[in-house]
Order: sequence, then C-alpha cells, then structure tokens
Amino acid sequence: MRRLLLLLLLPILSLQVAAGAEQVLRRGNGAEVQTLDPHRAEGVPASNILRDLYEGLVIEAPDGRLVPGAADRWEIDEDGRVYRFHLRETARWSNGDPVTARDFVYGLRRSVDPATGSKYAQVLAPILNAEAIVAGELPVEELGVKALDDHLLEITLKAPTPYFLGLLTHSSTYPVHRPSVEQYGERFSRPGRLVSNGAYRLAEWVVQSHVKLVRNRHYWNDAATRIDTVYYYPIEDSSAELKRYRAGEIDITEAIPLQQFRWIRSNLGDELKVAPYLGTYYYGFNLTRPPFRDAPKLRRALSLAVNREILVEKITAMGEKPLYSWVPEGIPGYEPARLDYADWPHSKRVAEARRLYAEAGYSRARPLTVELRYNTSENHRKVAIAIAAMWKQALGVKVRLVNEEWKVFLENRKQKRVTQLFRAGWIGDYNDPYTFLEILHSRHGLNDEGYANPEYDALLDRASVETDPEKRFALLRRAEAIALADHPVIPLFGYVSKHLVNPRVGGWVDNILDHHYTKDLYIREH
Amino acid sequence: MLRYSLKRLVGAIPTLLILLTLAFFMMRLAPGGPFDSEKSLPPEIQANLDRKYHLDEPLLQQYGRYLWDLLHGDLGPSFQYRDYTVNELIASGFPVSLRLGLASIAIALVVGVALGTLAALRQNRPADHGIMTLAMTGISIPNFVLAPLLILLFAVHLGWLPAGGWNDGQWRNLVLPVIALALPQVAYIARLMRGSMIEVLRGNAIRTARAKGLPERTVILRHALKPALLPVVSFLGPATAAVITGSVVIEQIFGIPGLGRHFVQGALNRDYTLVMGVVVFYGALIVLLNFVVDLLYAALDPRVRYR
Amino acid sequence: MTEEIRGRSLWQDALARLKRNRAAVTALVLLALIVLLVTAGPWLSPWSLDEIDWDRISTPPSLETRHWFGTDSVGRDLFVRTLHGGRMSLMVGLVATAVSLVIGIAWGATAGYLGGRVDGFMMRVVDILYAMPFMFFVILLMVFFGRDILLIFVAIGAINWLDMARIVRGQTLALKQREFVEAAVACGLTAPRIIARHIVPNLLGVVAVYVTLTIPQVILVESFLSFLGLGVQEPATSWGALVNEGAQEMESAPWSLLFPAGFLAATLFCFNFVGDGLRDALDPRDR
Repeated sequence: MRRLLLLLLLPILSLQVAAGAEQVLRRGNGAEVQTLDPHRAEGVPASNILRDLYEGLVIEAPDGRLVPGAADRWEIDEDGRVYRFHLRETARWSNGDPVTARDFVYGLRRSVDPATGSKYAQVLAPILNAEAIVAGELPVEELGVKALDDHLLEITLKAPTPYFLGLLTHSSTYPVHRPSVEQYGERFSRPGRLVSNGAYRLAEWVVQSHVKLVRNRHYWNDAATRIDTVYYYPIEDSSAELKRYRAGEIDITEAIPLQQFRWIRSNLGDELKVAPYLGTYYYGFNLTRPPFRDAPKLRRALSLAVNREILVEKITAMGEKPLYSWVPEGIPGYEPARLDYADWPHSKRVAEARRLYAEAGYSRARPLTVELRYNTSENHRKVAIAIAAMWKQALGVKVRLVNEEWKVFLENRKQKRVTQLFRAGWIGDYNDPYTFLEILHSRHGLNDEGYANPEYDALLDRASVETDPEKRFALLRRAEAIALADHPVIPLFGYVSKHLVNPRVGGWVDNILDHHYTKDLYIREH
Repeated sequence: MLRYSLKRLVGAIPTLLILLTLAFFMMRLAPGGPFDSEKSLPPEIQANLDRKYHLDEPLLQQYGRYLWDLLHGDLGPSFQYRDYTVNELIASGFPVSLRLGLASIAIALVVGVALGTLAALRQNRPADHGIMTLAMTGISIPNFVLAPLLILLFAVHLGWLPAGGWNDGQWRNLVLPVIALALPQVAYIARLMRGSMIEVLRGNAIRTARAKGLPERTVILRHALKPALLPVVSFLGPATAAVITGSVVIEQIFGIPGLGRHFVQGALNRDYTLVMGVVVFYGALIVLLNFVVDLLYAALDPRVRYR
Repeated sequence: MTEEIRGRSLWQDALARLKRNRAAVTALVLLALIVLLVTAGPWLSPWSLDEIDWDRISTPPSLETRHWFGTDSVGRDLFVRTLHGGRMSLMVGLVATAVSLVIGIAWGATAGYLGGRVDGFMMRVVDILYAMPFMFFVILLMVFFGRDILLIFVAIGAINWLDMARIVRGQTLALKQREFVEAAVACGLTAPRIIARHIVPNLLGVVAVYVTLTIPQVILVESFLSFLGLGVQEPATSWGALVNEGAQEMESAPWSLLFPAGFLAATLFCFNFVGDGLRDALDPRDR
C-alpha cells in the first residue's frame, strides 16, 4: 500500500528536481572491465563506462537517436564519402585542455594501428585504408582522416556507408588525450592518469569492487549534468545483483536472473524495464562436417521442429520475440526477410519436419544423435534443455548437451572439429542490418558455421558500395532470404534488454541499443 | 630452532617449484587463449599481442622467463586487466582476503572452542546434543546456500546489514561473509574440541587437579584447555585451506574484491599470469602457515622437540 | 550340550558397541532408506529425468499432477531429479573415496611397512602435496578439460588420499611390531604379500571410519564445483547442482531448494553420525 501511494506521488515529486544535495547513482555492471582504454576495451560493461567517460563525434539521445557530440555539426559530400566535422570550440578534456581535431586524428590512428592491439579495429573498416593498416600493409598515417584546422576534421571513406555516423558512437572511434598516452604508455587509463572528454572523469577503480566516476567540470555541457557521482559495480551473478538491488544498494541492475522473472514480475513489476534489443539468439550448424554438411533437409527439419512461441512464452519469458528472420526487427526502414514457414501453424511445421527428417534418412528406430554445445550460463542451459526436449518429442532426435566454459566453447566453435551444433548470439554493433548479415559472409571472423554461398557474398559486396539506401536495403534483404533458405543457422528469438531501475532514478528511456548515458539520468529528490 | 626453520624453508622450495610448474603447464595446455574472443582478430593484431606478451616464444622459453621474473619478485603483467600487473592485483586483493580469512578463523576458533568445551562438560546431556546437532547442521549446509539465506534475512528483509560489496572492509560489510565462511569451521572445531576435551578430562592430570580441590573453573582453564587444544591447533592448517577455498564462493556471492575472485575470473579468462600468481602466492602462504602451526603445536605440547 | 567358551573378536565387540549407540543406528537405518529410495524411487514416478511438463513450469509440489516435489524452472519433475541427483552424488562420493582409499592404503602401507629411507621419501612427497592449494587445481581441471564425470571422481579422489596415506602409515608402523607380522616375516613371506595379507586387513577399522567421514566431504566438494558451474553435464544432475539451482530461487520457488537440500543435509548428517559411532565403537577408550 505504501509503495502504491509512493508511486502515485512520484510524478508530482519528480517535478521538483532540486539542485543542492549531491546526486549519486549506483549501477550494476556485469563482468569486471578489462581496461578503460577505449581502443582496447571490449564488451558491454566497458562500453557502459566508456560512454560516460568519453564523447565521440556523435552521441545518442536517451531514445537512441543520433545527436551531435564532440562535433556540433557536419557536412557530407554528394558521393557520401567525405565527412567534415566541426568540433565544438567549447569542448574540453577533464584537465582543461581543449579537444581538437588532432586528438581525433590521433585517436583514430591509434585505434587501427596493429601495435595497439584493438579487437575492434575492424569497426573502422569503412574509413579509407583502414583495412590495409590493420593488416600491417600501410602505415597509420595513410588513414583517411585529416585535421583541416583545430576544429575541423575530415574523414574520407572507402565507399559510401550509410551507417557510418552510427559507428561514431562506438568506443573505438573515441579520441584519447595524447600527452597522457605518451607519458604513461599502455597504462594511461588508470585512476589519476586517465584524462577524458566526456561528462565524467575517472576517480577510482578497485578491480572487482567498483569504478567510481565523478562529473567532469570541464565538460562543455556540464551545466546539464545532474548526477555528480556514478558507481559501477562488477557483479556477474545476477541473483546476487538482485539482492543488492532489493537491499537498496544498487539503483540500476545490469541483468535479471531468469529463474526469478515470475517473482520479479509480480513483486517488482513497476521497476522492471524490458525493451527490444538489437540482438539475435540462434543456434549454428557446423556445415563443414557430418551430419550437417550437405544436409539442408535435416537442418530445415530441426529448425521447423523448434516451437519458438513456446520457447519465448515458457522458457525465456521476458517478452522476447520469436525470430523467423536473421536480422531482428527494429532497424528503421529495414523489413527483414522471413522464413517461409513463419506463418504456418506448429502442427504443420512438425509434419513437414518429420517428412524431411525421414527423407534425410533418419527415423525413430535410427535416430539422429547430435551434440549441442553451449557456454556456461543459466539462461543458455534452460534454452538448450527446452530445445533438446522439443526435438526429442517431435522427431526422436537424441541430443547430448555439452556445456563448456566460454573460452573452450569458442575454441571448439572456431576449429569446427568436434562441434556439430552450437549456441550463439549477436548483438548489433550499430543500427544497420549489415552488422548481422556480414557475419554470415564466407570471410567473416564470426562465421563459425563455415557458411559459404558465393551468391550471398556477392550480394553483400554489392550492397556495401551501393549509395542509394533503398536499393541497398533491397540487396541486403535478398541476401538475407538466401541465407534463411540455406539454414546455416536456426534463428530462435530476438533479445530484449532487461533492467530493474529504482523509481528514484529519472530520465530512463528504453532504446534498442540499450545505451543509457549517465548524463541523461537524474535522481528524483523528495 | 633456527636450524629447524631453515630446514623447513629449504624444504619448501621443491614444493613451490612443483606447484608452479604444474600450474604453468596446465594453464598453457588449456584450450583457448587470453586474447580469444567471439570475433577472430585480424592476424597482424593477434601477432602483435602475442609478441607483446611473449606468447609467440616456445613454451619452455616462456617457462624459463616466468621463473626468472619470479626470482626477481615479478609476477608479470595481467593479461586480463591490461592496466595492472599481477603484483598490484595481489597487493590489492590479498589484504581483503586476509581480513576476511583472519576474522573467520578467529571467530571459528573462539566460538568453536567455547562450544566444544561446553558440550564436553555437559556430555550426553541436552546442551551437548543441542550443540552437536547444531554443529552437524553447520557442516551439512553448503555455504552457497547459507550465504544467500543470510543476505535475504539480514539485508533484504531486515535491512540491518549490506547485501554485498566491500566498502574498504567496514565491519558492516564484513559481518555476513565472515559468518558464512566461519560457520562450517565452527562446527568442525567444536566437534574436535569436544572429543579431545572429554579425553583430557578423563586423564590423570585432571583427576589429580580435582583431587587437590581446585575450583572447576581453574581446572578447566588452567589444566584441561591447553592439552585439549592440540588437535584443534593441528586442524588450523586444513581449516585455513578450507577458508581460502570457501572464500572463492563467498567473495563471488558478496562481491568482495579478494584473491579467490581474481583466481576464478583469471582462470575463466585465461589470465595466465594472474592465475599463476595467485597459485604461487597461496602455495607459499600455506607452506608458511603449516610451519607456524607446527611451531604453535610445539609451544603447546612439551613432548614435541624440533628435529 | 557342551558349553563352549568363545572369545569375542574385535569386530563383534565393536558391533555390539555400535548397536548400543542409538544415534548411529538411527542414522544407519535412515541412510539405508535414502539409498533405497534413490535407487528404486525414480521408477515410482511417471516422469523421466529430462521430460518437460510444458504446462507446469516451476510449480509447487502436488499429488494431483504427480509432481511430488514440484517442478524446476524448466518444467522438469523434481522428485525424479532429486533422486537421480542423489544417485550421482552418492556415486561421486563412493568412487572418489574408493580412489583415495586405494592410493592412500597402497602408499601409506608401503611407506609404513618398508620404513627407513623409502618411508622418508614417500612421506616427503605427501608433505609436498599437502601444501598445494588443491581445490584450485580441481577448478583449473574442470575449467579447462570439460565436465567429465570420471575426471571429477579422479580429481577429488586424488586430493583425499593424502590423509588416508598418513593414517594408514601410522597404523602400519604400529602393526609391524606385532607378533603375527613378525611371524609372517619369519616364515619368509615377501613384503607385498605381508602388506596385502596381514597389514591391510588389520587396517579395516580405521579405513571404515575414514570412508564414512570422507564420503560426505566429497559430496560437499562436488556441490562446491556445481556452484562454480563446473559440475555434471545436463540432463544428469547431482544434489549439489540441484541445491545450487534451488538456492537461486529460494524465495520464488522454495520447494526447489528444500527437497534436494533436505536430502543432501540428511545424508551428510547420517554419514557423520555413523562415522562418529564407528569410531567410538572401534576405539573403546572414548566410551
């Protein structure tokens, strides 16, 4: 009752956001970050912190729209290949130095320099010569990035890339403060050394305990920042995170323990934020070995026999969308291609699956025995158990579940020797279908299926030089349809992002990339 | 005494050498490397990383390099936390684990010895049965069940204590993890103490003391406690090992930045140097502790002489 | 009828004492019941180990649906899973203990019997191994080389034999002085034969106590590995794995913790009581 009253009062209370008391935000942040060097960091937890520390040329509004960041405006030439960014004259590093176009040139070159060892150097591939530099064939100075003057930056692309502005929110494009990098070398990103240009600066970092950021007084828009201090707590165990949230020690959780979603729904429903997330959860076939090599019927049968509706309703149960396409929904202007049986009733799918299964030479008496690999995680475990049961029920397939620790799992997936069927997922790096479609390209580093269809590759290659956005999307859609028909993968469901957000936190807006800048949040005062 | 200490110290060297050799080659034989991720790295970048961390050298050369650095007290850079060295990580994690471990052992000792003595004095009476049943329960409940129960009760529902975090080791953050870590040890020590106290009380020395008409309190504290403590002291070695192992669980559940957590995360992320560092460090610590326990044992038991 | 005077053997003596220990006898009976239930129980239920009841996911115990212990978060029957988990846990306990027993007895008896330099060396090895943070090695093994049940057995057994070796060695040293061993030596029997024929059988008492106290420890170690996510492979399960799953939802689905945890705790309880009882029975001084 008291909670209800409080909730009714909240909208009124929130009107009077008072200045005065120090505003402190405490966020759960999943795994501990490996580094806060924007060019060597990887993973969602690091990106969360880096978005607060640094500011790229372009940033995102709370709803995910692209808005000017360190650059207040830009021009794109008619071919769509040359971008000119006008940097804010008021932009400052956290030590007071002005942010200049040369900082960006330095940062981008450092990012693609093989000596840096960035895992995301490939994100910058659309920039002229970037790929050759990453491969060590050209010196970094050849990168298509120039400082025309202190506040004018010119970036030349290899080919028109419609999603290029979106890429500029990625941490691998952030500038770094040259003097401190040169002074401290590799370890410049520690507390007391790190100089940043975003709304916050690094105050403390105790490994496996917390990262503490405080507001950057030199930030050009510091007047609009409301939260003074933000803590990021590394908590891998989502049950433990939930308990700390309930004890009032954390304001925003990074995850939700799946086993408890029913309890959370009924007890903390108002604080639960679930939103579509640009990610695909799928199972991949190893196409280079039996039983799935040259067995399109069998692959199609297995895909047909999965009841995705039941899966999302009963097992994942957080509002995930059953997925019948490769690219998840939600990318503006792009209508994903769909599997032909997307609209069939389940009984028809099972009948078709049984027919194909028999045609592929299997039966109840001579069942397919297959190993399904997944990496250690409560959620993957549940999905695997459910799908194994579905296959057993519909076709009589014998599934051996193989739960492997992440690094072992990755190695087995890449080597394609013992792996037959594996769990995978992909979260879009940027808001464009290409980020999903490229991973089925025969030369892509994530194509652990070993899928190689020259027609598919050709369509993607054509799309990446196509300037007309509509024609480009049409090409991509055709490619997607081909891949779906070939069944190198079984798309299962589209991810949702899930957080618990304390009602005293204001400014939270759901968005498809699940990016939430602390500078856009505030604490409601009572 | 000095000769004995020296002998023990020299004896520890092969132990540590075997330990670190085993750990080194086990780490390296494991599938997956520290820089593997979902997306394959461009070859040039992979090569650069390998070169930087000497992963491109033959394994034996790497082993030699590790030993050489270790001799100079350098445990190498962490592969996972690129901004830190293993020395720094251990220096920041060990005081945390130490504080947690010492508090747990101390509480386990005090409470366990008290309960065990009490049970012995009330042998086969309700108090004895009650304490022993309690002790048995302490042994039978895994601490990954106990810890969340404690958190739910004292942090989530009653709101008396924090549900996790370290907060520079303030007592409020210590209470729950220490209880969860100490309880099984309390149980073991209480059982040991009860057994040995019963035996001692039946011995001639105590009969004599009682015959002399000394008050019961003095008999227990002055004459019975010291000999009865012997098995407890020799249990301190295994107890410490158990606390170190248990802290892996407790640190994970309570989000405490100690060495146990570093170890598990390091193993999962193939942080070769961090895992090696923790193993070598704990190996040395256990050797040292066993030595201290032996000294303590000798101090309590006049029959033991240093060989 | 002639009245025969019979000497009571050590074992008969011990058995008589054990029978008088009510706690131990109760524990023994309970343990037998648990073992019986765990072996035969799964056949009582209409559900199988990996069958999903899609309409009853995470439901409380009910006689009507024949989910006597309720269902887990994927809709599988917890009665069957708890009993199957029990099989696994007991098997891990037994096999790992057996492994440590074989190594420990062989090592300890050999060292104790041969004595001298060999003894010195063998016990030095034990001392060295004692200083290893073994749990760390088990974690490494599990992380790197997968979830092989056999590996779990061997790894846990390989830790536990050290204690056994020490105990056995001490006992052997004492036994060596006894007449029947000296007689055997005088008859010209070889060392392995004497160890196998005369030393090992006389160690049985100590070994019995050790076994009953080691099994529960091993079961706990297995549960610890399950907590770290390094336990047995689905759909197989163990009490440790079930308790760990249950602990995560102790508020929303208390039955998923209570049943496996109850079985686990009861079993550990019983083993400990039986072990204590055995020790008291074999060592009359403690009476």
